[in-house]
Amino acid sequence: MGSAVTDAHGHGQAQAIGHGHDEHGPAKGVRRWLYATNHKDIGTMYLVFSCLMFFIGGSMALVIRSELFTPGLQFVAPNVFNQMTTMHALVMVFGAVMPAFVGLANWMIPMMIGAPDMALPRMNNWSFWILPVAFSILLSTLFMPGGAPAGGWTMYPPLVLQTGDAFPFLIFSVHLMGLSSIMGAINVIVTIINMRTAEMSLLKMPMFVWTWLITAYLLIAVMPVLAGAVTMLLTDQFFGTSFFLAAGGGDPVMFQHIFWFFGHPEVYIMILPAFGVVSEIIPTFARKPLFGHDSMVYAASSIAFLSFIVWAHHMFTVGMPLTGQLFFMFATMLIAVPTGVKVFNWTATMWKGAMTFETPMLFSLAFLFLFTIGGFSGLMLAVVSSDIQYHDSYFVVAHFHYVLVPGSIFGIMAAVYYWLPKWTGHMYNERLGQVHFWLSAIFVNVTFFPMHFLGLAGMPRRIPDYSTQFTDFNSIASIGAIGFGISQFLFIYIVVQCVRKQGAKASAAVWENPKGLEWTVPSPAPYHTFNEPPHVTAGAAFS
Amino acid sequence: MTADKEKTGLASADSLTLRLVIMAVAMFGFGFLVLPPLYSVFCEITGLGGKTNQTAAVVAETPDEGRSVRLEFVTSVNAYAPWEFHAETDGMSIKPGTMYDATFIARNLADRSKIAQAVPSVAPQQAAKYFKKLECFCFTTQEFASGEEKRMPVRFIVDSDLPEYIDTITLSYTFFDTERISHLSTGTTHDKAHSSHSTQ
Repeated sequence: MGSAVTDAHGHGQAQAIGHGHDEHGPAKGVRRWLYATNHKDIGTMYLVFSCLMFFIGGSMALVIRSELFTPGLQFVAPNVFNQMTTMHALVMVFGAVMPAFVGLANWMIPMMIGAPDMALPRMNNWSFWILPVAFSILLSTLFMPGGAPAGGWTMYPPLVLQTGDAFPFLIFSVHLMGLSSIMGAINVIVTIINMRTAEMSLLKMPMFVWTWLITAYLLIAVMPVLAGAVTMLLTDQFFGTSFFLAAGGGDPVMFQHIFWFFGHPEVYIMILPAFGVVSEIIPTFARKPLFGHDSMVYAASSIAFLSFIVWAHHMFTVGMPLTGQLFFMFATMLIAVPTGVKVFNWTATMWKGAMTFETPMLFSLAFLFLFTIGGFSGLMLAVVSSDIQYHDSYFVVAHFHYVLVPGSIFGIMAAVYYWLPKWTGHMYNERLGQVHFWLSAIFVNVTFFPMHFLGLAGMPRRIPDYSTQFTDFNSIASIGAIGFGISQFLFIYIVVQCVRKQGAKASAAVWENPKGLEWTVPSPAPYHTFNEPPHVTAGAAFS
Repeated sequence: MTADKEKTGLASADSLTLRLVIMAVAMFGFGFLVLPPLYSVFCEITGLGGKTNQTAAVVAETPDEGRSVRLEFVTSVNAYAPWEFHAETDGMSIKPGTMYDATFIARNLADRSKIAQAVPSVAPQQAAKYFKKLECFCFTTQEFASGEEKRMPVRFIVDSDLPEYIDTITLSYTFFDTERISHLSTGTTHDKAHSSHSTQ
């Protein structure tokens, strides 16, 4: 039971009284999932789907790393290699990371703000069930004549227009993913704005809710722009337009501008919810309130705003005037300021805290440390003069994997370990969880750290073969990747064990005195929670 | 929550949802309908993007005798289209403000007639707006009979306002097969070419 937060009716037992009609359980069999409108069921489906995609995208990464283990062509043809890099990125970005965060939002946001469910449950069902369709379409391209898209996930024309039969399927699957994300985002915003319990003002909201609110606005602002960009590709290919065809007066560089106008906010879409997760976890295990809650909110908002004016740092080498390069360089470096505020606040939260190191905390600490490394290499890439050397090299690959794997993915794993007992009613195996953490944390560095050196030494990205002087670091990276991949089966084992109720029974609070409304309901969380809006006591944890 | 409050809550949920949907649709419109023309206008005003004038420019210039700029030619053929395409010379030394002619030679290697469109680009981009073509084979599409070879002229002046720091200009032409671009292959005039730069 959270000390700052009390439920007037005590543990939600009163919900059954006078609300018996609402207290029905889930439908039986497949209908429970197909017709799901319950935020917890939909959250579970999102998380399971994302896990499946994580393994599919991961196996593609292992094809890439196996091929790169030694120079020369061993396992796959260059064209297949290119399909793997492209599909790995699309599956991981749109299939693994984004749906995982939407799943967490579905599960946790209503429980954290004292709402009975998401605001638009039927749209919620839609936005989930579009995803399996989108990814069936995308993955089916692997078996099409001409193969899957191989021009990179950024879909730059004119290269992407050379995709075979898969091209329209790529476009439509991106449309569907966008549709799903936009509907999910609308749902999150309406839930947060309209369904908070009366006593929770905006600035009293938990950080995870805050970062998701900001993320949802980013999604609504940029996913339609991506949809517009890929629609232009489609009409260029099939309907005789010349948006990106120089012969018809278009400009392929315009695609890069539009794509990265989407693409840069997209990277914050993938990291802001992880910021929210660690902002929940670190205070719990440091046993101190989050340092500078409000400044965290302003920092996240500043990051979101700045993300719209830095896109051209992805394309410094396309040719732009010095003034443009300087503007995008300084705007990019400016993002380090609010990000630094966040890192400072997390560190200050732990300062003189009574820390313990359970698995969620370990993942959060690794997040803090390794994400910051990714942030620093991002600063290096922001410097125009050096970016021209690093551009399209493995240094870039190292950079964005450092912010996405120990950043977003570790954030998701931390969240799963943190809230799993609340979802299942049982503790996960702490010892195995820590083993999983150490394996992941070590292998992630073995995989991605050598890539910095490779990039600085001049190894280009997206190539199936390389010059022999890059062999050693590539072999190390491949060993790390295989180790990281295998370690994730342990994660599945731990989660399945927990879901099968093989761990100790979890209390309502689960952890020692955690803050937040989700810890006031029993574990496992009942099918319906907060049919009566709970009370948030004065001086609540989150302000 | 009382019943009344719940009702008002739901009503505002509907309007908020509607507003968010409108926002998403508006952003699609922004990306699909607004950004491309905005980009063209932006590039036109700033001269960024390396595009040169697409219809004949009228210029009166006084030669800058004291200055010499190296002009280099680059030619390429897009997507393995069946053309042989090159400049008569690798490059030339020019004085800003003076009119020059250069010749490009193309031959259709296909066994049937083909229509080509040459697309120019200038590097560095900052030089693009000072590079003024009075006559160019790139202003219109070019029809080639099977095996036909053409010598194609371009007449140009580099504006004497060309910034001092630019001492080399690269003029590149890419030859495109127009078959995939419907409004070119049918022989109709190129709309964008007429709407832009017409005043230069």
